Amino acid sequence: MDFNDTPEEAAFRAEARAFLEKHLKPKGSAPASRDRVNMLEKAKAWQKTKAENKFAQITWPEEWGGRGGTAMQSVIWGQEESKFDAPTGPFAIGLGMCVPTVIAFGSDEHKKRYVQKALMGEEIWCQLFSEPSAGSDVAGLKTRAVKDGDEWVINGQKVWTSGAHYSDFGILLVRTDPKVPKHKGLTMFIVNMKQPGVEVRPIHQASGGREFNEVYFTDVRIPDSDRLGDVGAGWKVALVTLMNERLAVGGSPGPDWGEIMEYARSQGTLSDQAFREKLADWYVAAQGYKLTKFRTQTALSRGQTPGPENSIGKIITANHLQDICNSAIEMQDHYGIINESDRMPADAIFQQSFMWAPGLRIAGGTDEILKNIIAERVLGLPQDVRVDKDKPFDEMKSG
Amino acid sequence: MNFDFSEDQKFLAGEARKFLEAESAIPVVREVLNDDDKAYSEGLWKKIAEMGWLGTAVPEEQGGLGLGMLEMCVLAEEMGRVLAPVPFSSTAYYLTEAIKLAGSDEVKNDILPRIVAGEIIGCYAASEGPGHPDPASLKTTFDGSTVSGTKIPVTDGGIATHAVVLAKEGSGASLVLVDLSGAGVTRKALSTLDPTRGHAELTFDKTPGIRLGKAGEGASLNDQLMDKVAVLLAFEQLGGASRALEMAKEYSLERYAFGRPIAGNQAIKHKLAEMYVKNEVARSNCFYGAWALSTDAPEMPEAAAAARVAASEAFWYASKENIQTHGGMGFTWEVDCHLYYRRAKLLAVQAGGPKVWKEKLVRALEQKNAA
Repeated sequence: MDFNDTPEEAAFRAEARAFLEKHLKPKGSAPASRDRVNMLEKAKAWQKTKAENKFAQITWPEEWGGRGGTAMQSVIWGQEESKFDAPTGPFAIGLGMCVPTVIAFGSDEHKKRYVQKALMGEEIWCQLFSEPSAGSDVAGLKTRAVKDGDEWVINGQKVWTSGAHYSDFGILLVRTDPKVPKHKGLTMFIVNMKQPGVEVRPIHQASGGREFNEVYFTDVRIPDSDRLGDVGAGWKVALVTLMNERLAVGGSPGPDWGEIMEYARSQGTLSDQAFREKLADWYVAAQGYKLTKFRTQTALSRGQTPGPENSIGKIITANHLQDICNSAIEMQDHYGIINESDRMPADAIFQQSFMWAPGLRIAGGTDEILKNIIAERVLGLPQDVRVDKDKPFDEMKSG
Repeated sequence: MNFDFSEDQKFLAGEARKFLEAESAIPVVREVLNDDDKAYSEGLWKKIAEMGWLGTAVPEEQGGLGLGMLEMCVLAEEMGRVLAPVPFSSTAYYLTEAIKLAGSDEVKNDILPRIVAGEIIGCYAASEGPGHPDPASLKTTFDGSTVSGTKIPVTDGGIATHAVVLAKEGSGASLVLVDLSGAGVTRKALSTLDPTRGHAELTFDKTPGIRLGKAGEGASLNDQLMDKVAVLLAFEQLGGASRALEMAKEYSLERYAFGRPIAGNQAIKHKLAEMYVKNEVARSNCFYGAWALSTDAPEMPEAAAAARVAASEAFWYASKENIQTHGGMGFTWEVDCHLYYRRAKLLAVQAGGPKVWKEKLVRALEQKNAA
């Protein structure tokens, strides 16, 4: 039992590191940029550099411009890249979820047209599944596609779409047949986000920020040739996308036990007994999360399939973040209500993460859905009662 | 990355599980539970000695197998799963590790081979009353050759042949090895929350003892010993917690209410998912403790404390919610849930409770931060 790389892993890590050092600055060596437009250009340039050097999409086959590497190499690349100021955000969903779906279900023309350009950073993709009345139960979505000759006409609304405002293409899950049960009436398409009838509006989040979007489709026309999978097989296609989501979504940014311990020390409250007991719990939870990832990586390193233990990740981190921020604010007492970064310790990171944490507990699977997944897929308990399972979609209530 | 047990260690775990499921099945546990005169299962203890497990981490020169602490961790988890009613922890963790840590060569050569042979049963005597024993204010004393005072409770104190006693010596504390066949030893059996493990009050009146380590080193040696024991007990807790989750799962799948298995209700599903999360957090922290224990890592204090805190929480939660999942049946003597509930509490307070270990953890983090 140790935390060391195998010789092959160490060699790959050294190669990755040398490449990163040549092109990027280590994290923290320069102040973070808030320039969004410039950030997008930088991200595209970095993606191109990676792709040209076979460091983009480590596990993709070389045929598609990947490295043909192992899952462990992909983990190592991620670990090393995260130590540098690497602008990767805009590509995570497209290359992590959307383009793999195109590779799995697209025609040869699709693959030729889209894969290379996405990998080279020339085109950005977004994922259009969630709707105002279809979140945890995403198969209950209502955006409608109606066949008109060789085309489909799309009307409806998507929500919580990351990066829709700068995306060139999206994968779009819509209802093509409301007369059959919900999972059977869905179809997946590739949609050009820059065409008439697609309107992207930023969502004003509870946190005050506007990082996500809602997307309105009004009489948007998609050629039938841009369909992914069969008509009515959209759910099967979506499951492949969502399977990749678990691989694409990373750790949680935000203050942890070390930050709040440091803060308590600076305030002279580290000796408070109740605080010390909480601090111990936070350390145990943070270690539990980190070390569980090490167990998963160990399975990958040994060429085995990781166990289900990784499914505990987001339940722990999201609640952990919320709890730590809440305690930090309460420690500051009345003063803790101030949310001005130049007045507050650590640039008001506790205040800002406090407002971000509720979203983290919902995004990418709510706490409740994640517990259902553990109960059903890991422990083998029965599925919930689903009254809509065998009934035509248009006969079911929704809201 | 190699943060898991080896194939050999996993094989050992599998073999241990087969052995214990056959030899330490619940009826064996219940024999001890139901008989006030029984403080352990002698039959099982004999077989465990025959398997060589008591020598797992004892060097070969003292007759042991010379394996390592990782193998001990693996065995501890399996012992915890079945609630083995034997003085394994008292002998193979507390006594063995105390002697390996601070015993003279003479003591090692005398005691360790007899532990391996199953001739010696150990116990650890520190508590003197309510609250965690503070080495600075112990009432039991050691004068350099004899021990006097009362220790209560002592797990396996009624059946042990040897005790490791934490006693005051001068202005400091010492760890003292006491042969319980010596003069001035009085034992009184205690009724406890976990009757599947025997407990006693031990009184010493000028009982001969041998100091482990130097005079006044006791507090520091005791801390080191507790760190080692904490990791091993955490693995027992992890084993118990894993089994409690399995029991809750099995029952919820076969128990019907309102026309379907109760396992289909989210209130049950989420409760069991919560158990799973706590158990995995405990498992990962236990692995880290095992790594630190097996490599004598400087991270040992925080690793041991985190394993202990996580595993205590996991076993407590799993054992109480296992009863809840079983409903009224879970509150009967015949259903085994209460055995896990009892053991969870014993293991949680036996080597210092969660409060104690949380404080140790934060102190270790402070020291690390200051360094």
